[in-house]
Amino acid sequence: MAPRSCALCLKAKSMLKRPKTGQQICRDCFFYVFETEVHNTIIHSKLFNPGDRVAIGASGGKDSTVLAYVMKTLNERYQYGLELFLLSIDEGITGYRDDSLETVKRNQEQYDMPLKILSYGELYGWTMDAIVSQVGRKNNCTFCGVFRRQALDRGAAMLNVDHIVTGHNADDIAETVLMNIMRGDIARLGRCTSICTQGEDTIRRSKPFKYAYEKEIVMYAYFKKLDYFSTECIYSPDAYRGHARAFLKDLEAARPSAIIDIIHSGEAFEIKEEIKATQKVQQTCQRCGYMSSNPLCKACTLLEGLERGMANSGITDRGRRKLDAEGPTPDNLRTIPFFRRPSGGYPAIAVELPS
Amino acid sequence: MSTISLRIEFGGGLELLFDNKRSYRIDVPSLVPKDNSTDAENLSTKETKPVDVDYLIHHMRDNMLKERVELFMEKDTVRPGILVLINDTDWELEGEGEYRLKDGDEVVFISTLHGG
Repeated sequence: MAPRSCALCLKAKSMLKRPKTGQQICRDCFFYVFETEVHNTIIHSKLFNPGDRVAIGASGGKDSTVLAYVMKTLNERYQYGLELFLLSIDEGITGYRDDSLETVKRNQEQYDMPLKILSYGELYGWTMDAIVSQVGRKNNCTFCGVFRRQALDRGAAMLNVDHIVTGHNADDIAETVLMNIMRGDIARLGRCTSICTQGEDTIRRSKPFKYAYEKEIVMYAYFKKLDYFSTECIYSPDAYRGHARAFLKDLEAARPSAIIDIIHSGEAFEIKEEIKATQKVQQTCQRCGYMSSNPLCKACTLLEGLERGMANSGITDRGRRKLDAEGPTPDNLRTIPFFRRPSGGYPAIAVELPS
Repeated sequence: MSTISLRIEFGGGLELLFDNKRSYRIDVPSLVPKDNSTDAENLSTKETKPVDVDYLIHHMRDNMLKERVELFMEKDTVRPGILVLINDTDWELEGEGEYRLKDGDEVVFISTLHGG
């Protein structure tokens, strides 16, 4: 096939077909439109204020590596006035996270950003390796997910940042929409498409890649020769998400706009007021001070189960009853250090609403 | 039998299925069976075509892939979610599987399916 020239500059040879628009464009125009679209997302959603301290949740994988690079580029190009940090969570998974953290450490030098690594071992006294050796490979992703979410907030508090940005891309969000529909999880369905969650949480969290296709992120990393790490977590089958993902990729192959269409339909769902009213009121965990919808937050509940040798107590009601039957929580139980919010001053009690 | 020489690169974790090696130099026949079968013995009895990317994918499956074919191929082509670049250009611009390979071409396969 004869090489065609770029649909935008009309000069250079086109190098890729944009899944979002079908346009055939050259490498330089691709860099420009990709970066500009992320910039437009940031500006339209008013994600940042000048002077904000922003932590980039960095795993060493493709999305967060590209996010760090693009955030640095845009912050300089458009003078956002942000102070950028890399924040990594070390789950303590030998042969997986230790390798990917090496990538993050290189990114720290390449992008000249301060890096904070917070480990599960340091925060909870349990690495994922230790958790898996106690609970097996069935529910370990529950522990990891709950612990990571809280660890990111705590790491952000240590950095005293105003905001966490994560590399979630359009494909991830479309997958989550599908999963929430399949599970009938109406509260999460309402929340999962919002670009920024605030009020629900202690520290603002947003997804500047909400509209960026995974294909373009990978192409961007490839053309820019960015240094990223790609290995599947050795413990994670996350089978359910895997099926949603394979299904979504099949849809995308048939019609590339499917991804953005699914995000749009997730956004279009409206939740009735009376349903919202039944959702739990946000409170503060009695034991560790973290945001919670119960007297004890999920991480404290899971940690107590681990410490008392009844890891299932945080997962099933039956496990919980068994734990309660064993007697009250011992005084010398290991707990998570008390959570101190950064100086911003967010309301301690907020009703959990889709924003 | 005349052959052409290709450079194959893997990225995004796909190399794990190919002996954890990111880069290969391989030779493939310049004429191959139309049905993409890779056992060269009965080539004379078959209809042939100039070698293309569809054939290359079958060649890789039968001669290079070490494990878990379902993570590489689906329905006679690469699995959705694997990006293919031919000489650094998105294969969607080059006719995908029908692209006719030339001596010295570089073909890159990148998985997008691994964690972010």
